[in-house]
Formats: sequence, structure tokens, C-alpha cells
Amino acid sequence: MEWETVIGLEIHVQLATRSKIFSGAATAYGAPPNTQACAVDLGMPGVLPVVNAEAIRMAVCFGLAVDAHVAPRSVFARKHYFYPDLPKGYQISQYELPIVAQGRLNITLDDGETKTVGITRAHLEEDAGKSLHEGFERATGIDLNRAGTPLVEIVSEPDLRSAKEAVAYMKKLHALVRYLEISDANMQEGSFRCDANVSVRRRGDTDFGTRTETKNLNSFRFVERAINYEIERQIEVIESGGRVVQETRLFDPDKGETRSMRTKEEANDYRYFPDPDLLPVEVDAEFLDEIRRGLPELPDAKRERFMAQYGLSAYDAGVLTATRELADYYESVAALAAGDPKLAANWVMGDLAARLNEHGIDITASPVDAARLAGLLQRIQDQTISGKIAKEVFDVMWRDGLEADAVIEQKGLKQITDADAIAVMIDQAIADNPKQLEQYRAGKDKLFGFFVGQVMKASRGKANPAEVNRLLKEKLQG
Amino acid sequence: MHTKSLKELSALIRRREVSSREVVEHFLDRVRSLDPSLNGFVTVAEERALARAQQADERLGAGQGPALTGMPIAHKDIFCTRGLRTTCGSRMLADFTPPFDATAVQKLDTAGAVALGKTNMDEFAMGSSNETSYFGAVRNPWDLERVPGGSSGGSAAAVAAGLVPAATGTDTGGSIRQPAALTGVTGIKPTYGRVSRYGMIAFASSLDQGGCFARSAEDAAVVLQAMAGFDPKDSTSVDQAVPDYAAGLERELKGLRMGLPREYFAEGLEPGVKAVVQQAIEVLGEQGVEVVEVSLPHTELAVPAYYVVAPAEASSNLARYDGVRYGYRCADPLDLEDLYKRSRGEGFGREVKRRIMVGTYVLSHGYYDAYYLQAQKVRRLISDDFRRVFEQVDVIAGPVTQAPAFRLGEKIDDPVAMYLNDIYTIPANLAGLPGMSVPAGFVDGLPVGLQLIGNYFGEGRLLNVAHRFQQATDWHRRRPAEDAMRAEAS
Repeated sequence: MEWETVIGLEIHVQLATRSKIFSGAATAYGAPPNTQACAVDLGMPGVLPVVNAEAIRMAVCFGLAVDAHVAPRSVFARKHYFYPDLPKGYQISQYELPIVAQGRLNITLDDGETKTVGITRAHLEEDAGKSLHEGFERATGIDLNRAGTPLVEIVSEPDLRSAKEAVAYMKKLHALVRYLEISDANMQEGSFRCDANVSVRRRGDTDFGTRTETKNLNSFRFVERAINYEIERQIEVIESGGRVVQETRLFDPDKGETRSMRTKEEANDYRYFPDPDLLPVEVDAEFLDEIRRGLPELPDAKRERFMAQYGLSAYDAGVLTATRELADYYESVAALAAGDPKLAANWVMGDLAARLNEHGIDITASPVDAARLAGLLQRIQDQTISGKIAKEVFDVMWRDGLEADAVIEQKGLKQITDADAIAVMIDQAIADNPKQLEQYRAGKDKLFGFFVGQVMKASRGKANPAEVNRLLKEKLQG
Repeated sequence: MHTKSLKELSALIRRREVSSREVVEHFLDRVRSLDPSLNGFVTVAEERALARAQQADERLGAGQGPALTGMPIAHKDIFCTRGLRTTCGSRMLADFTPPFDATAVQKLDTAGAVALGKTNMDEFAMGSSNETSYFGAVRNPWDLERVPGGSSGGSAAAVAAGLVPAATGTDTGGSIRQPAALTGVTGIKPTYGRVSRYGMIAFASSLDQGGCFARSAEDAAVVLQAMAGFDPKDSTSVDQAVPDYAAGLERELKGLRMGLPREYFAEGLEPGVKAVVQQAIEVLGEQGVEVVEVSLPHTELAVPAYYVVAPAEASSNLARYDGVRYGYRCADPLDLEDLYKRSRGEGFGREVKRRIMVGTYVLSHGYYDAYYLQAQKVRRLISDDFRRVFEQVDVIAGPVTQAPAFRLGEKIDDPVAMYLNDIYTIPANLAGLPGMSVPAGFVDGLPVGLQLIGNYFGEGRLLNVAHRFQQATDWHRRRPAEDAMRAEAS
């Protein structure tokens, strides 16, 4: 039996405002419990919410970036449920009239094809606090620092067909909100988290199967694993004659499985209604234009430009524009080491990326910054050092935080381009290896490489390889 | 001293004939001696008041002090007062002390007023008789066997009995105007958005509006002046300049057009009350007011629509009282659900629970359209009625209630009869219009109020009409006899 998977994601993005969405309390992460919760966040009697204009601006930014319809009038609604970390007994969210609707986002699939994923809506809402179960005896601790932190919840259409596609979409969104500087999208801190709606159906069916919703996935890897687990579980249920139950599930990363949290029957009736404490959010054309003018270059446009401006392949341009920081880094290197953007791309995506990966360091914290890497590339371009020596220099730069020139100077790695000096080394190599010379002259061409090696070894890698080749050819023929 | 108006008292202390401290002590004495029979106060803040009076005297001595400096007032116990218990008439908040002041409280503080304490009210402002308070019913100073009206019954009774010259109140469906009428004092509920709701414990957010009680329109003008104005902490407060109410009081009424809604004089209105109201309108006619009959055809839908919208919002606003962070918490909860159920079950009274249930029901999946949305449509129709009428007239006049004060216990077990009390007052709340109750006469020794409804932000006009009426009448000067109160208190 051939199965098709249908996936829709709901992604919660914490907006990078300084204060909360409905109060003046700070949003900084990691403060001692309940030190960043004011009377409004605590849901004290008589307090009222006042919307943070910056949160509106950020949501609009997002809407424009995904080509969506930004509602001229959107409405905050109350979503009711009782939970100790929800101070008012309701969450202020948007329901019937969200601020953003009908957007789209292009993702690149493994085969290089582009797929457009629909964004049903994105709405503003406040986050709840945190319940802390550890360290309490027969009690639960409540930390309301996070209560009232602004979120946009971005709901996709059920357009995704595999865990890989879901992850590609999520990564694209992750990059986008960081490009827009509307979120730090830090997944460990919960600033970017995902609920995955997954169902399966027989290929060719037009109706959707029954879906489950797996909550609070806060890493790309968890999303992939949880979705794949769900796909297999659902297929197994159906193939063994059972039926998938519509329910909310939780992913257990330790066991790598999802388990039931509550079924549809146990679901809350949220009793949404427009929040009478808040006026509708009005966004006029002038405000939209102002925001549109202030939008940064978005990932897709940047990728196109990288291809055109730097002559990069679609793949390379895609990798280099994956994050705004990486793209900025690359552009700095390319500008400073002008003339060879491809060389710059190879280094950024190659040696540098490998090293960053290995040490788990973010590009912005790289010990070799863009100016230094450019300095190194300049020495390759002006033939001071060879590409091979450059790798050695890079290692020292990474380790000791030095400029390329300082390393070259210190280690005496400057490339030898002087024909006379190289000729001396060649003569020596020929003199030292009479047997190989004889064989070469007898027609064993392969031994040319042997002599190149001997000369490079004698120069400790510093001889200019092109010059070595040219002179060696002359001498061996002689 | 307690027979004097705020204006007179203020003149006395500014001339240094008496000190604020003496004035405050006098009123505190009256609270001590008379309130035991009325139960108008939940909390009396004697030391705090005396300290504030002292400060007022110092400011006055230095030739300073804004309008209300040194003047005693009382706050309905729905307004949060920093460091002073704020109960909202509920067991749920019986021990709750807010860490902040309501904006209205803070503004009155800034204007120099001295708060004597917090007045009794129906629990969470839900009631029209002040019988639903956890702190016991308030009694009407004109007849201790009768209710003072609600929900701001404590404030109304306290002003009526001369325990304080003025007091704050809130009006969601008539909670200032109805008790003002039943106790013979002047009460004004301004336009929705005129007085900040910040720190005013929410009952029904789209209807709640703060206002005040005083002995006259002139005094009410001074108190409202201090309370009104835009507040960035309340998104629904309106950023519009507050006119000088006192300056507009004396305007001539000649040529003013006053509409009498046919529906407010129809079946249900007691003849005695009707006669008092008609007489009052004649008095205004003598001053050159042009009286015309108008129609507000959707009036009969107001009460049912209100009893959908108000409980819906209340069920949501009261969800925060869960026993987790503050307020009443049941003893020894077994688990989270038990904590919720018993804290709320024990912390709220019957009427509050009834409205939470109604509100929860009307917002439920599958019922929302039939009730809540429908009620919002009715609300629009009622607003449209008023809009049309205000194209023809400047002010609307009519009764506040169908009858004078009823007996304690008479309606407490009949919610529908109780709800119908507010038939003439609810429409102004649904439309967000300002309304006033002005003492207009008596029926069988019980006060009757004349209701004035103005156009949006027409408070100045209402106060003007009321003031001119009070210059021609002395109903607002009548005082209840004190012997019964004293006898009861001792």
C-alpha cells in the first residue's frame, strides 16, 4: 500500500520586543522567577492590557515578507482555559480576524525543485507563564516572567508531504524571522517552537485522514523525528485495522516517540470572544508602505542577487543566504577580497563552515572574522601563498586569533615565486634522483608528479606550483 | 457641617474657618455613629484619612491645593486602592490589598480629596439591591427596611445619610443611577471611555463606567472633573479634552430640546413615580426647555441583550479568581481541579455564580451565534435608536426606576424581577451614553429620581440641566431623619 503524508505546522515565534505585548514589563530571558511580571502580567483585579505597537509592527513585517494579506482591521479575542500559569484564565489571542492571512513561503526540496507552502494565517497572542514541577514537594512552582511575551503563531496550509519538507519549511521560516529581526528564534529558549499536525492517506485519496497534533517541538531534529514517528504509527494503526484518533500528542525526545496527551473529546471549549478591553488593531496603507520600505532584503531575493552578482550556483547561493549573518559575513569577505567571489564562497562554505560546525560556534562568534578571512584570501590571490599553505595559515589564525599576514610572516610561509630560486631546487631534485630521471626520460610520464612533489617538499610547500610546473617541464626535457 | 455641599465645605476650609482635619473627623464621627445601621462601608480608613487631612491642611496653609483639597470622599470598594483592602463585595477578595491605585482613585488623590474608606456594594457589582454583598446588605437611610439599590448601594446610602459629601461609583447597567434615585442623591455615569477603568475591578468591560454620587449636580461636577480624562493605561478611554463642567452649570435652558421616550412611560411604571417625573419635566419646561415625545423602539430588547453581554464578559473577567495567585483559596485542596472548584465555589456568592454560568453558556461553542452575536446586534439597534433621537433632541429624560426602593429580601429570590429593575438604565450602558439621576420628589416618603441621558460626551449638558433643575427645586436638599438610624445603631 502506498501512503501519502499530509502535514501542517503551527509555529510560535516569540517577537523580539523589549517589553511585553500588553504590559510594560521586560521580556528578557533568564531572570529570576516572577521578577519580570507586573500587575498586568499577574492578572491582578482591575488591570487592563494596552497593546505594544512594536509587536504590531513586527507582525505586519512578517505578513509583508510572506506576501500575505495584512488585515486593515484585526481583533484580539480571549481564549479561555484554566491553568495555573495562565493568570487571567484566558489568553489574549486573535481568532476570527487575525492580523495576517493568506501568505506563502517557497522552500527548496532535495531535488532542487522549489515548492510553495501556503500560510493560512499568522496571529498575535500573548505567551503563558511556566509551571515548574522540579524542586517542589507536592506543589508546582509558577514563574510568570514569560506571561505576556508577544508571539506570532504562524499556521501553514496542509501542504507539506514529508518530515523533510516540514523541516525545510521550518528552517526557511526560522531564517526569515531572523532576517526580519523580529525574533531571535532561539529554539533552546523556546522562542521558536512548533506544533505538527500530521495525517496519512492512501495515495490518490482526495480526503484528508484523521490528524493528530504533536505539541511543543523545539528543535528541527525533534520535528523530523516526531513526524516520522507519527507517520509510521498512523500507518501501522490503519494497516492493522484500527483508526487514528484525533488527539493532541506529546513528543518524548528521550524515547523518540509521541504519546497521547488528550483526545478531541477532552478538548477545551475555549469560548472565544472579542476582548472588550482592547480596540481593534487598525493598519492603514500609509503604515504598510512605511513598513514595506523598511523591510530588509529577504532570503529569496538575496539568493537571486548572489547568483547574479557573484556568479554563484543556486546551491551555493542558497547555503550562503540561509541566515542573514552568514550572508553578511560572506558579502564582507567577497567585498574585501574583491575579484574572486567564488574563492570566497568556497572558503566560507568549506574550511570555515567545517570549523564552525566542529566547534558548534555561530558565524557571528567566529574567531576568524570576515576581515581576517578576506586578508587570507588576498594572499592567495596575490600569490603570496598557495591554497594549500592557506589552509595551514587558516589553522593558526583560528587557533591564535591572528591576521593572515602575521602568520605568514611568523612562520615564513611566503610563497617562492623567484624563478632562479625554484630552478636551484629543481636542479637539486633532478641530481638527487637519477634513476627516476632515467625512467621519466624513457617515457614514464607519471614521474613528473614525483618531481613536483620533491620540489614542493624541498620548498616546504612554499614554491609557487605553477612556476614549478613550468620550469620543471623545461629542465626535464633538457 | 454634613448638610453643607462640597463647595461650601471647601470655601470654609479655604477661609481657614475649619480645618480639613475637623471636617474629616466630623464625617468619620458620623460614619461611626450611623453606619452600623446602614452598613454602607466595608472598610473605614480612619488613620489614613486623618493623615491625608493633615497634609491637606498643610498645603492649604501654604496657600496651595487643587479643587478637592481636604474634602472627604469615599470609594466604592470596586476601585483598587494601594495598601487599602479592596474586596469588591466578595469573599473572594475579602483579604485582597492591591499594590496599586485605580486611575480614578489616583486622580482624586491628586485633586486633594481625602478618602474615608471603601463602600459596600453588590458582589462584583452584580445586583440592583446591594443584597449580594459578602459583607451584608446595605440599608436605605430613608427606610431601613428597604434596599438602597445597587450595585453602588454603599456609596449612595453614605452620601444620602450625610456620612460623606461625595463618593465614587460604577455603573454597568444602572449601578450609579438606580441607587442614586432610590436614596435621593445626585449620581452621574459619564460616557463610556470618559473615566478610566484601570484599577476598577471589571464586571462587564464594555459596559462598566466609573462615576460619582454627590448632594448636588454642582458637587458632582467637581468630583467628575477630577476623575475624568484620557488614561494611556485604558485602551478604551477616550483621548478627548474634558470641558470645565462647573463653568457650564449656569447655562440657560431656553430652547433646549428634551425628548421623552414613549417606551419609558409605558406599562410597568408606577403611577406615583410617573407623576413625580412628569412634574419634574414641567419644572424644566418652565425654564424654557422644549419637551417632545420620542421613541426608542428597541428598549424592550435591552434587558435580555444586557443579560447576555454582561454575564458573558463577567464569566471571562472573573476567570482570574482561581485561588492561585491571590484572593480566596479553599482549605487543603486535593489537587488542581479541587483547588479551582472549591476556591471558586466557596469564594463566589450565588448571584455571581449564576452569572458566570449564564455567561459561560452563552459563549459556548454552538451557542455563541445565537446569544452573544445576537445580543451584539441588538446592542447596535439600541445605539441606532439613540442616534436617531439625538438628531432631534439635546437630552433625553425619563424615570430611573419603575418604583421607589423595594423591601430587603423582596426580590432577592426572583432574579428576573430583580433584573427588570434596570429596564430604564441599561439602554444607556449598551449605547455607552452618559446618564444621570437627579432627586425629583417622593412617593410615600421614598425618593424618586429623574433620569437624564445625554449624547456622547454630553456630561456637561446633563450637569447643566440638573443644576438648573436643582436651583428651582429643593428635593436634593431633603435629608432622611436620623432617629431610626441612631436607634438602630445603638
